[in-house]
Amino acid sequence: MTYIPISPHERDEMLATVGVQSLDELFDAIPAKQRFPKLNLPPAWTEMEALEELSNIANANENARGDLISFLGAGMYHHYIPSVVDHMLRRGEFYTAYTPYQPEISQGTLQAIFEYQSLMAALTGMDVSNASHYDGATAAAEAVTLAHVQFRGKRNRVVLSPAIHPQYRQVIRTYTQAMGVEIVGENDGLSDVRFSAEDLQALVSEETCLVIVQYPDFFGRVYDYKKFIDDAHAKGALVCVIANPTALALFKTPGEMGADIVVGDGQPLGIPMWFGGPSIGFFTTRKQYIHKMAGRLVGETVDNKGQRGYVLTLTAREQHIKRERATSNICTNQSLLALASAVYLSVLGKAGLKQVANLCYQKAHYAANELNKVKGYGVSRDVFFHEFVLECPQSASEINAHLLEHGILGGYDLGQDYPALKNHLLIAVTEMNSKEEIDALVSVLSEVKYG
Amino acid sequence: MVNALEATSPKVVEPTVFDLSSPGRVGVRMPASDVPAMEAPPPHLLRSELPLPELAEADVVRHYTRLSSFNYSVDGGFYPLGSCTMKYNPKINEDVCRLPGFLFTHPLQPIETAQGNLALMYQLQEWLKEIAGFAGVTLQPAAGAQGEFTGILMMRAYHKSRSDDKRVKMLIPDAAHGTNPASVGMMGMTVVTIPSDSRGNVDLNALEAACDDTVVGMMLTNPNTLGMFDENVEKVISLVHGCGGLMYGDGANLNALLGIVRPGDVGFDVMHFNLHKTFAVPHGGGGPGSGPVGAAEHLLDFLPDPLVGIVEEGDDETPPLYGFITPAKTIGRMKTFHGHFGGGLVRAFAYIAMQGPDGLKDIAQYAVLNANYLQAKLRDTYKIPYDRICMHEFVAEGRFEGSDVRALDISKRLMDYNFHPPTNYFPLIVPEALMIEPTETENKDTLDAFADAMIKIAEEAKTAPEVVKSAPHTTRFGRMDEVKAARELVLCCWLPEGYDLS
Repeated sequence: MTYIPISPHERDEMLATVGVQSLDELFDAIPAKQRFPKLNLPPAWTEMEALEELSNIANANENARGDLISFLGAGMYHHYIPSVVDHMLRRGEFYTAYTPYQPEISQGTLQAIFEYQSLMAALTGMDVSNASHYDGATAAAEAVTLAHVQFRGKRNRVVLSPAIHPQYRQVIRTYTQAMGVEIVGENDGLSDVRFSAEDLQALVSEETCLVIVQYPDFFGRVYDYKKFIDDAHAKGALVCVIANPTALALFKTPGEMGADIVVGDGQPLGIPMWFGGPSIGFFTTRKQYIHKMAGRLVGETVDNKGQRGYVLTLTAREQHIKRERATSNICTNQSLLALASAVYLSVLGKAGLKQVANLCYQKAHYAANELNKVKGYGVSRDVFFHEFVLECPQSASEINAHLLEHGILGGYDLGQDYPALKNHLLIAVTEMNSKEEIDALVSVLSEVKYG
Repeated sequence: MVNALEATSPKVVEPTVFDLSSPGRVGVRMPASDVPAMEAPPPHLLRSELPLPELAEADVVRHYTRLSSFNYSVDGGFYPLGSCTMKYNPKINEDVCRLPGFLFTHPLQPIETAQGNLALMYQLQEWLKEIAGFAGVTLQPAAGAQGEFTGILMMRAYHKSRSDDKRVKMLIPDAAHGTNPASVGMMGMTVVTIPSDSRGNVDLNALEAACDDTVVGMMLTNPNTLGMFDENVEKVISLVHGCGGLMYGDGANLNALLGIVRPGDVGFDVMHFNLHKTFAVPHGGGGPGSGPVGAAEHLLDFLPDPLVGIVEEGDDETPPLYGFITPAKTIGRMKTFHGHFGGGLVRAFAYIAMQGPDGLKDIAQYAVLNANYLQAKLRDTYKIPYDRICMHEFVAEGRFEGSDVRALDISKRLMDYNFHPPTNYFPLIVPEALMIEPTETENKDTLDAFADAMIKIAEEAKTAPEVVKSAPHTTRFGRMDEVKAARELVLCCWLPEGYDLS
């Protein structure tokens, strides 16, 4: 009866009002054979037991705050989350509300999402943002849908850079398997990290509806896509850039480079790693694609008292109106995490976010420089943000096992996805890593026997 | 640049963070760098300006606290939004999902260092299998709609694996949620709409006529959106199975069935759960949700990649080693990493653990009692088009003879009585629908007060219709101009240079 506030006496009164004798009688429509199964589940915990047991479960993990020094990124990053963020998220007025379908009594959520949309448009250098997708990968998959609809199915090819996060590419394939779209790029001889933008451009043709690249790419490299995008546009294709939002505080925006769609994962903006989710997918685009963009949109208006207010708008694009003619089925999104991002960006602001990005850049470059000095290790000279590829003298998995013995969570083993990079780690450094931690990484790696 | 704001200059109740910004203000300060200064990135790669607001921490807190006060919420009052299961969200779940061992674990860290998380996920998979009667469960889908998409991809893959290539039709009842046909639309399949009969069940004649060897399957919400458990569910499923189709269960309304009946036992082949409805994960103002999918034996191989499994059996002294496994004919990955772990799975795990088998049955029984009690109290005032014992929700008609008051007006007027309105205009088969789902966490006093308000509004509709039609009167904000919002499309706090409104 946990959380059920009805006494036996009230229950009987209510049953009488309904006109039945017992609770069981309410279920006569259920097939008798299968009615009231005995569920094989453990007996109920009390709140005290739940806290105790869940603490034990949580403590069975090693985490990046108490147990491990982490240099693992690859799409999910350990950043500092100002205390304010969670204090705002924990307001029941925000987290126990539903989707703001009744604007008179949902202005808190609506204005927060409107601010989120504005902040994301500002960060990416684009015209408009939607109210969110599930994560960066699903946002990228929805970009394919937009482009496919834009060309009314007349262009059926999508060019994917092999330097996009492997899991993003997997999700795009899952989403498009029944769409009649052909995906090129990742299996076209470009799976080597040294492929060039020209190689990728060679795959763009009159049949391409969308080209997707990542910025910084999966290997952490920062590349000016301006010419690449111009060339793709000359062939009539749209271009989607998957961006890291922290990097955008420092580097030229995809908007400035001419991107048509910018998506990415908003996890670095005030959302904990939480073993991978939930995070938030952002989706920004040019105004001419607003009507083809999936997901909810909040727009400004006035109420009948002459006050500025906000509503969900252009809902005619969405599933509950258009049903099978909707381009996406998205309904529930990541509203509360849009609030988290808005609070994070507001409280760090212009100066704070730049500082975070700069700390990431400085520390990652310090780490790369120091590691490059160690015999047997090599770091490429490409421009990068806060992640870089480290060539190691042994297999990446052996290196990581050695690091873990010293309490260090090593980088991402690139050999899992790129067979040519068996001895390569993707190392991420954020503002959370002190010089001392970086020096410890360098020192432990120096101990690994060369050869 | 045209500025729509200046033209009408509406009153600003709460400025935006951009309005509140003042150059030079700083919120949270970050530490100075502790490494030697590195060479800056090449200037041609740098962005010129970063147009973010500048606020002090206290400004930010007051701003969002004021915004929160503009919201109606479950913590603040009764939220009988049909098919959304707006039950109370236990506070302990907020604490446990934020334990550092959960918050600060990375999804790609070695499985040996994340055994707590993996054990929790494994256990939750097992519990959901047991609760709904399935052979396997994936926790990956982010929300109900993504769960549906997952399920339909699995159904498609199943037929394809049997070289059964002519199946293109999905049967969907007219009472279904919009996400059902939209998910099918994403697959290039055809939707065949099946009408409901006079008792709110699937029309068996129409279903029989639609069943042939081109049917992928049927998507059935049961209880349906009228709040009715389909009295012929066994016949429905045997017709669909009979033509080689698969049964998809939309688990949005599972709250009515916990410990009452297991969809897998009745013959559903695949079903999504909404952890944010049935298992008390808060709705968050529209997400994040969590939409695990359960599958029967013959669909196990098609589940998304990866699942959590036991990769090394344990014994009396050592626990098993949990890790990731890839189903043999997987449809692929639905999202990055492993699902909505912290925000969804941990909270749902805690909730189920604190209910136990008897507590789960109590939930369904009292959710159904509360709905039937409200239905009984409103029956004489509002037309109930499908009037029989309902499950966790029921649908009334929000219209009265000789009055032009509509369901929307009743909904807005309810706000004046401090209630959140029911879902309105859904399901589409009931005119002026008001879909009411009280959930099990409301007490009798609240239900009585809500019924009184509904009855009072019905009176007002006859005696003072203008009061109802111009409601709400007591809320801080009034009815919004939705036409203006859609026409002007102001979607950001400022209009970028050169933005053309036309």
